Amino acid sequence: MNHLPIAPILLPLIAGSVLLLSTRWSATARHAFSLAAVVAQLVAALVLFMSVREGSVLVYALGGWAPPFGIVLVVDRLAATLLVLTGVVACTSLLYAAARESGAAAPRFQALFQFQLLGIQGAFLTGDLFNLFVFFEVLLIASYALLLHGLTPDRVKAALHVVVLNLIGSGLFLLGVALLYGVAGTLNFADLARVIPVLSGADAPLARTGALLLLVVFALKSALVPLGFWLPSAYGAAAAAVAALFAVLTKVGVYAVIRVYPLVFGPQAGDLANVAEAWLLPLALATMAFGALGVIAARSLRMVAGWIVLHSVGSLLVAVALFSAIGYAAAVYYTVHSTLASAALFLVADLIAGDRTTAGDRLDTADAMPHGTLLGALFFATAVTVSGLPPLSGFVGKILILQAAGGHKAVVLIWGSLLGAALVVIVALSRAGSAIFWRTAAPGAGASAERPGLAALAAPAALLGCVVALVAWGGSATAFAQAVGRDLADPAAYVDAVLGGEHPQPDDRRRLR
Amino acid sequence: MEALFAIAIGTLTSCAVYLLLRARTYPVLLGLTLLSYAVNLFLFASGRLVVASAPLTDQGIEHFPDPIPQALVLTAIVIGFGMTALLVVLALRAIRATGGDHVDGGER
Repeated sequence: MNHLPIAPILLPLIAGSVLLLSTRWSATARHAFSLAAVVAQLVAALVLFMSVREGSVLVYALGGWAPPFGIVLVVDRLAATLLVLTGVVACTSLLYAAARESGAAAPRFQALFQFQLLGIQGAFLTGDLFNLFVFFEVLLIASYALLLHGLTPDRVKAALHVVVLNLIGSGLFLLGVALLYGVAGTLNFADLARVIPVLSGADAPLARTGALLLLVVFALKSALVPLGFWLPSAYGAAAAAVAALFAVLTKVGVYAVIRVYPLVFGPQAGDLANVAEAWLLPLALATMAFGALGVIAARSLRMVAGWIVLHSVGSLLVAVALFSAIGYAAAVYYTVHSTLASAALFLVADLIAGDRTTAGDRLDTADAMPHGTLLGALFFATAVTVSGLPPLSGFVGKILILQAAGGHKAVVLIWGSLLGAALVVIVALSRAGSAIFWRTAAPGAGASAERPGLAALAAPAALLGCVVALVAWGGSATAFAQAVGRDLADPAAYVDAVLGGEHPQPDDRRRLR
Repeated sequence: MEALFAIAIGTLTSCAVYLLLRARTYPVLLGLTLLSYAVNLFLFASGRLVVASAPLTDQGIEHFPDPIPQALVLTAIVIGFGMTALLVVLALRAIRATGGDHVDGGER
């Protein structure tokens, strides 16, 4: 058996455990070790990506126990794409943390960072609902600790809200899991996809309740309105490198929606067909609009970035909520783009805050920045990407979503809110940029901040480089996204790969009753 | 037995919701603990409630409890315990950092 699919889980687990024991190492040694571990994960993700690029599905049965009774890890094109994305963001934010943040030298930071990656990558790989829950908890407990890093009062307050909300979310998750297990007798995604369509009678409403409870939980994790108000203040308060990694975190909730609903509750699911459709589209549109309003109301650049994450989650869930192959394709492309762009924005915001000695990242009049030209160029490129202006990838992503919505019955509403919200974000970002770079007091009066180091500049530049690559090789990127979309719309290959050719039919399965 | 079980879960959940809606960290913490009890019982019941049966399967035994929910509940209990411990520490930190036990910080 090919053991590579478990590497993205084992590598951070081992590296994190070693780092926990490494209290006597110097900070440099810890940074180097952690960075090496992250690079190794990126390489493993790239190898996995290359091996499933043509559409094959890798299935890894833990302990050799065959599904549906054993635990499986599944790598398909969607999971591999997100693994590579996580690797890229993790490398750059760790590089930035090593270069800029004194807190990153604390003995536990690097270990927590690795455990965070363990949770994220595990959630992308897992093939059943309960392990999705377990990996959610792993990534959440690491994210609470990372969010608290530095222990300023606003971080403590934000973390308290996040922890309480997510604990309630975990409770609802388990209720949904229990309901689905109670009626279906299985939690494996592929097996659920076979059992759910033949449910009938009293079982179907129970399964529907379970499915919608899970939707509530995924909406909470991906910060969908009205459950997303915790996000901007939490992300805005977090340290920059942590916030950049958190840009991936909300995508885990989105991934759970894309993974579970088309596969298990898709159009083929009998009584439960398209159970999420009625809820997801209005909520996603509301999130997008609300995020745009938040961007324009934000008083500091970090909060702007936090609200932009909320806005982009709304936009990409709009694409998911179309529940069509081209909708999924647009969502996959937009996920990659928006994660890279919002991570870059968090890093650039931190660089700007460091360069404005008096005002920090507040959108107030302050002394001119000593390195305004350099940071202004970085901010400009990031803002163009984030707001979806040509020629960068945000534009392509927006076009893909607009195209996918073309045949939908609510096309006017979707186009209107997508374009309107994008306009509001453009206005807000240009206002933020002019407030920071142009509306300045005496030029150079407070010019004492050091020039940011090369590594600190390289991190956001690398993220922007990936965004440029998404456009430069736009043809292959969109073709690949469309292939992923077709996989999701027609999950037969996934189900067959996991359950193998021969498996008990749902009806004559020996149910443990 | 099913009725008794359902009433117990319902009572725990309603107490939990009441406590969660209080604006102080300690009642919220207790509410979350009660909620996790209710959820764990519910998860346990998803394997159906059986009495006077073999704990594990054997040849010739027709009725035995489903082992998977038991494994799920064990995992959920461990995770819930860790999360509660974290929240206790966080609540104490919040009192020290913001000067009060209100969930929005400070004394209100």
